Amino acid sequence: MLKTFLIGLKDLRLAFRDRAALLLMLLAPFLLTIGMGFVTGRFSGGTSGISDIPVILVNQDNAQLGNALVDLFNAPELADLMEPTASSDLETARQLIDNDETAAVVFIPKGFTESIIPKDGQTLSDEIISIEIYTNPTRPTSAGIVQTIVEEFLSRVESGSIGGQVTMAQLITSGRVAPQDIPAVGEAMSERLSSSTTEPVTAIKLKQNEVGGEAIQFDVLAYLAPGMALMFLMYTVSYGGRTIIAERIQGTLPRLLISPTSAAQILGGKIFGIYLTGVAQLGILIFATTMMFQLKWGNTLGVIVLVLAAVFGATGWGMLITALARTAGQVASVGSAIMLIFGILGGSFVSLENLHPLMQNLSKITPNAWGLDGFTTLALGGGLADISTPVSALLLMGAVLFIAAVLLFNRQGIAQR
Amino acid sequence: MPNILEVKELVKKYGDFTAVKGVSFNIEEGEIFSLLGPNGAGKTTAISMLSTLYTPTSGDATIGGHSVTKDPMSVRNIIGVVPQDLALYEDLTARENLIFWGQMYNLNGKSLNTRVDEVLAQIGLTDKAKNRVKTFSGGMKRRVNIGVGLLHKPKLLFMDEPTVGIDPQSRRAILDTVKDLNKQGMTVLYTTHYMEEAEELSNRVGIIDHGRMIALGTQKELTQQVGQSETLILHLEEGANPEALAKSFNGIKGVDNADASDHAVTIICPEAEDVLAAVVSKANEQGVKIRSIDIREPNLEAVFLHLTGRALRD
Ligand SMILES: Nc1ncnc2c1ncn2[C@@H]1O[C@H](COP(=O)(O)OP(=O)(O)OP(=O)(O)O)[C@@H](O)[C@H]1O
Ligand SMILES: [Mg+2]
Repeated sequence: MLKTFLIGLKDLRLAFRDRAALLLMLLAPFLLTIGMGFVTGRFSGGTSGISDIPVILVNQDNAQLGNALVDLFNAPELADLMEPTASSDLETARQLIDNDETAAVVFIPKGFTESIIPKDGQTLSDEIISIEIYTNPTRPTSAGIVQTIVEEFLSRVESGSIGGQVTMAQLITSGRVAPQDIPAVGEAMSERLSSSTTEPVTAIKLKQNEVGGEAIQFDVLAYLAPGMALMFLMYTVSYGGRTIIAERIQGTLPRLLISPTSAAQILGGKIFGIYLTGVAQLGILIFATTMMFQLKWGNTLGVIVLVLAAVFGATGWGMLITALARTAGQVASVGSAIMLIFGILGGSFVSLENLHPLMQNLSKITPNAWGLDGFTTLALGGGLADISTPVSALLLMGAVLFIAAVLLFNRQGIAQR
Repeated sequence: MPNILEVKELVKKYGDFTAVKGVSFNIEEGEIFSLLGPNGAGKTTAISMLSTLYTPTSGDATIGGHSVTKDPMSVRNIIGVVPQDLALYEDLTARENLIFWGQMYNLNGKSLNTRVDEVLAQIGLTDKAKNRVKTFSGGMKRRVNIGVGLLHKPKLLFMDEPTVGIDPQSRRAILDTVKDLNKQGMTVLYTTHYMEEAEELSNRVGIIDHGRMIALGTQKELTQQVGQSETLILHLEEGANPEALAKSFNGIKGVDNADASDHAVTIICPEAEDVLAAVVSKANEQGVKIRSIDIREPNLEAVFLHLTGRALRD
C-alpha cells in the first residue's frame, strides 16, 4: 500500500516536471477556455461550443425595448449562437418546450417598454413589467445562455441610464430605440433605481417548465471551462499510460520488478499516479478559472466528488488504451485521437444538444459527457444529490475499464519486453 | 566459504532461439566472480534470470538458499542489481532517485536519509546530489545507476557491464568501487567483455560464449589450459586483408594458431620472439603495412581465442 502511494507520488512529480506535459495538461485547456470565452465574447456572437440554440421570442410589447431585445437575438453577432423564431402565442410556444423543440421561450409582455419609458404625458406605472423566460430543463446550458443574453440586455438598459449611455448607444444602434429617446430612457431608469428602496431593479422573471423553480445563473465559461478541462484530462490519462510503457523501455520498470515490490503494487502505483495527476490537473484548472474569471463552479463538495469520479472514469480509459497498445507511440497517437473524439462526442466543442441522437447515445461512453453534465448541473446551482447520476455512471465506467485493463495486463505481464 | 549462489543447468529460450544453453556455476561468499563473454553471449539473459526478472525456460538457481523460481521475493531482498542499461528517472535529481529506490527496498525515515548520504559519498556525487540526472555526464549517470544497487547493502551484487561506454577515469573509479565493496564483504557477480577487467577484479572467471559456459576457474587455471603460449597481435594499416595474412601465418613454424579480425591478426605461439621475424617478412612479402605490434603474456584473451578460434573483441 505504502509503495503504491510512493510510486504514485513519484509519477505526479515527474508529470509536473515535464514541460511538454504541463503545456497540454494545464496551459492548453486554460488558453482554449479563454480563447473560446473571447469568441463567444461572453456573448457578443461568433461560434461557441454551443451553437444554433433554438429560442422562441414572444413579443407582445411591440415597443422600443421589446423590439430592441428581439433585434439583439437576431443580431449578426449572435447568428451562429442563436436561432430565434418569433411567435405571437405564449401557450403554443411553451408547448414547443414540452416537445423539446426549443431551449427556451422569452416572453416580453405587453407594456414592458412603457413600464420603463413612459409615453409623453403619462406617469410611470408602479411596477416594472417583467420579461419572462421559460426554460427547457433538459437543455440547461442553452437555456442558461438565453437567460444570460436577456440579463445582459437589461443590464445594458440599466447602465445606459447610470453611466454615460455608451452601452446604451451601442445596444441601440441596431435597435428600435431612437437616439432622441435615449436621454428619456436614461432618466426614467435612474429615477426608478433611486426610488427603489428595497431590492435592486430586476426586470426579469425566470420560469422553468415543469421541474424546479430555482433561478438559473449561468456563465458560458461554466460550460467551456469544464469542457476543455475534461478534454485535456484525456490527454493526461493517456500520458500516464504512456509512462508505463516508457518505464518498460527505460529500464525502470524491470528494475522495480526485481526490487522486493510486487507487480500488483507497481501497477497500482502507476494507476494511482495517473489518478493523482488528473485530480491535480482539474484542481488547478478549477482554481485558476475561479480566481481569474470569478467563474462559479458551484457546490464545493459536489465539485470535489465530481472531479474524483470523472478522473476515475478517465483513468480507466487511459489504462485500457495502454493495455491494448504495444508501444509508447501507439498510446500517444491513440490517446490523442481519443482525446479529440471524446472531446467532440462529449460536448467540449459542440453542445450535445446539437448532436444526432445516435451520437448522443454514443457520448455516454465518454467521461467527458458525464463530467460535463455534472459540472453544468453544479454551475446551475445543483448540489451533490443532483449529480448522483453522472457520478455513478463515471464510477461504473471506471470500474469496468479497470477490470478489463487489469485482465489484459495480467495476460501480457507488465514486464513483457 | 559456503556458496552464496548455485546455478544449475539454466536455460533460456526466446522463441526458437536459445540464448542460454544450460549454464551451471557456483559463487562463493566473499568473492568477485566475472562472467566474461563477447556481445550476445548471453550474460544479460543469465543475470536477468538470476535476478528474478525472467523465468528460466528450465533449470534453477539458488541465492542464499532461496530458489529464484520458487521464492523470488526472498531472493530480491538479498541481491542488488546494477543493470547494463541505465535505469533511472532522468527528471529526478540524483538524491531523489536514490530516495525513491531506497523506498522500494523498504528503507525509510532517517535510516534511508543516512544511507542515501553514504551512497552519494561512495559514488562521489555528494556535490551533485541536487542536480537532475539528465544533466549528468555518462559516467556520472553510471555511478548513480550503481548507487541504486547498493542502497540496501545486498549480500550479492550483480553488475552487468557497468563500465560500457565511459571515459577511462570513470572506469577507473568504478573498478575501485567494486574492489572496495568486495573488501567490505560484498560478493560480486561482474559481467564484462573486457578481459582486463576480469583479470584485475576477479578471483574466478567463467567464460561464456553463444550461451554456453566454455571455461570456468581461476585465472591461473584457465591460462594453464593454453599452456605457456604467448599472444602476438599485429595491427594492420587500413585496406590490408587480415584473413589472407592469417592464413599464410599458419604455415610458419612455431605458430600454433593465427586468427584474423578487423585490421588485426592474433597469433598464438609458445615464444613470440621466435616467430616475430618470420611474421614480419611474410607481411612485407604481401605488401601489408604493419601499424604496431603487441606481445602479451598468457591471458584470458588467449584462452578465449584458444577455445573458440575467435578474438574476444573485434
Ligand atoms: N528479448 C529477447 N528476445 C529475443 N532474443 C533476445 C532477447 N534478449 C536477448 N536476445 C538474444 O539473446 C542473445 C544473448 O543476449 P544477451 O543480451 O544476454 O547477451 P549479452 O552477453 O548480455 O551481450 P552484450 O555484451 O551485448 O550485453 C543475443 O543473441 C540476443 O540477440
Ligand atoms: Mg548484456
